[in-house]
Amino acid sequence: MKPRHKRMAFLALGLAVLGVAAWLVFKALGNNLSYFFSPTEVVEGKAPADHVFRLGGLVEPGSLKREGEGKVVLATFVVTDNHQSVKVRYQGILPDLFAEGQGVIAQGRMGPDGVFVADEVLAKHDENYMPPEVAAALEEAHDKGVAEMAGGNKP
Amino acid sequence: MIPEIGHFALILALVVALVQGIFPIVGAHKGWASWVAVAKPAARLQFLLLLVAFAALSWAFLQSDFSVRYVAENSNTRLPQIFKFSAVWGAHEGSLLLWALILSAWTATVTLFGRSLSPLMMARVLGVLGLVATGFLAFLIFTSNPFTRLLPAAMEGRDLNPLLQDIGLVMHPPMLYMGYVGFAIPFAFAIAAMLGGRLDAAWARWSRPWTQAAWMFLTLGIALGSWWAYYELGWGGWWFWDPVENASFMPWLAGTALMHSLAVTEKRGAFKAWTVLLAIFTFSLSLLGTFLVRSGVLTSVHAFASDPSRGLFILLFLATVVGSSLALYAARASKVRSHVRFALVSRETALLLNNVILVVTTVSILLGTLYPLIIDALGAGKISVGPPYFNAVFIPLTIPLAILIGLGTVARWKRDSLAHIWAKVRLPFVASLVFGLVFPAVAMAHFTWKAALGMVLAFWVLFTTVRVIRDYARGRGLGGLSLSQWGMALGHIGVAVFIVGITLTSIYSLEEDVRLVPGDHYRMGGYDFLFKGTTHLEGPNYQGTRGEIVITKDGRPVTVLYPEKRNYLTGMPMTEAGIDPGLTRDLFVALGEPLGADGAWAVRIYVKPYVRWIWLGALIMALGGILSLSDKRYRVLARREQRAMAGETA
Repeated sequence: MKPRHKRMAFLALGLAVLGVAAWLVFKALGNNLSYFFSPTEVVEGKAPADHVFRLGGLVEPGSLKREGEGKVVLATFVVTDNHQSVKVRYQGILPDLFAEGQGVIAQGRMGPDGVFVADEVLAKHDENYMPPEVAAALEEAHDKGVAEMAGGNKP
Repeated sequence: MIPEIGHFALILALVVALVQGIFPIVGAHKGWASWVAVAKPAARLQFLLLLVAFAALSWAFLQSDFSVRYVAENSNTRLPQIFKFSAVWGAHEGSLLLWALILSAWTATVTLFGRSLSPLMMARVLGVLGLVATGFLAFLIFTSNPFTRLLPAAMEGRDLNPLLQDIGLVMHPPMLYMGYVGFAIPFAFAIAAMLGGRLDAAWARWSRPWTQAAWMFLTLGIALGSWWAYYELGWGGWWFWDPVENASFMPWLAGTALMHSLAVTEKRGAFKAWTVLLAIFTFSLSLLGTFLVRSGVLTSVHAFASDPSRGLFILLFLATVVGSSLALYAARASKVRSHVRFALVSRETALLLNNVILVVTTVSILLGTLYPLIIDALGAGKISVGPPYFNAVFIPLTIPLAILIGLGTVARWKRDSLAHIWAKVRLPFVASLVFGLVFPAVAMAHFTWKAALGMVLAFWVLFTTVRVIRDYARGRGLGGLSLSQWGMALGHIGVAVFIVGITLTSIYSLEEDVRLVPGDHYRMGGYDFLFKGTTHLEGPNYQGTRGEIVITKDGRPVTVLYPEKRNYLTGMPMTEAGIDPGLTRDLFVALGEPLGADGAWAVRIYVKPYVRWIWLGALIMALGGILSLSDKRYRVLARREQRAMAGETA
């Protein structure tokens, strides 16, 4: 084999690996990104109906219910940003730091009955920790609520 | 008083690091012997000073001196003694101090073992390490000082995060840092070699054992972290593709590539410029890992405290290190062209492909880890990239890597033929097909093609490695093999064991969260789990509940597990899983939450086949690393070079 051919072969080999990798990366990224939405955004219909997304906010106090029958562990609770709220259903054990009134992020998709079906519920390692997305969402919802109230009070 | 001594030692260490960074490099450049001579004593003094600082902080922890803010925030009088000590590196400030201490320990080791280095090379290496240390110590002192006083002193400490009160996490950070920081050594060698304009086989030979040592520690550190997550987080998972995990895995992948490319550079003198680039890349990823973990830019389950000024500092430091080394590389790399030829079919090509795949894998993981940050910075929304992305990219890229292990180890250097390679791998190939297809059908619950693929790859790696060992041993017996040959073999066998572990665990694990009333049975994977109920539990710094679960198989008792649910004084709940470990399966039971008045609990029950093989594989790889770096070749050659050098100067 001539040196020139050899170089071409190496180049082709390298490009093939890169091509396959790039294809894998973009395919995988497209399928596995999940965006974050607050309950307000979900109620406004901004969240995708047919794709996984993350819902974050506070667990509404008094909303946690165990609905499992027999050996099934099933919980429902309401996630709120103090403006709007969305009901969540989760089959499985909730994380240690899950508590009413605390921040939470649930990953899953909207069910046909308007209940968010979570396949993963995240609470953080540290009890004082508030996920930044949740903090931002709460602030935004708060501003919105204040604006609406101000609007409603106008003569 | 003692904390002030520590504080003072820390500041002195910064000054010494600055001296160690500037004088030797300038001295080596100008040819001033007295400036060059500063390097070694400065490096050793710096280690001593940091040892004093570290000891002072440890003393403050052991004495529960809550007038030191860091101690007050991370310890408690009721904390067991061993955890008081490990709490030293339980949070940000202390773990950075440990980082700096380990860096200076590595540097001091270089001064001891690097006797064969020419004084100029030694001065440059120590100088580069001094500059790195300067950056870190400045970061430590100006943004994260562990010795800051708290006035008035706290009556009682806030306690260490209960997750960290565990032997796995006592060992995990030091091992991980040994690895991260260890990659500073090949980085310093590469920079020093570029500064001196001498990139030859000797440079690669110096770098190799250090790279292997760092890689070995990083392997152990990652495995310990994974093992800890498995038994301590109560989820029974062993890898989550969490950004913080990725932060440690990326330097590992790049370091693995570096080890292999250094082999080519040492043996064949090829890939020189590439090896230098990899050394820079690997250490930069270690720094990036520190940045990602310590700056708090990532939303991760690890959720470390964040402080924007810290993040900015590390980012600037990272930019400086990467920027200046790449600039140096751009200026010097064109001169270090390798003029070594090799054929398309050769071991060099296999190793080149190994490098390409490892680097592409690293970059894909980097992309997935940073993508959410980039999107967020652009204001385009808050996204997360889930484990499916990483699995979808990592697994297909790993398959050719496993195939290459077999082909590369049997291929000859420089030039080989496909016919010769085929003749060597024919038997291993057929055997791995047979064993790999039969194993899942016979030993596992049911046959799947994915499991068969994984097992074929594992057997392929194993059999080709055995084949190579037999070839090496021909004529001189197994005792005639060098330690680095054994190291290579064990490293690859570790990969095979690891593949078995991941394949069988991910395909055949049974996992269920169930509601159990005392007296309830639950059957899974041929085992019967009987929930006997719970009792109250009283620990030194926690209270809790202990469950009792009796496990039988076909009526014969297997074991009794006692999973716990603890509530620590800090108010933090913790799940302690009950695990019955085994070579071919783990039984894993964890308490979820109480459900109602009839004593019912949500209980997590897992049967995980071959899960131990994952960490066993990592252990075998690390053992391979130890054998390789203890090969006497490095010392013999070093001595020969030393003599040659003495001859030159005489």
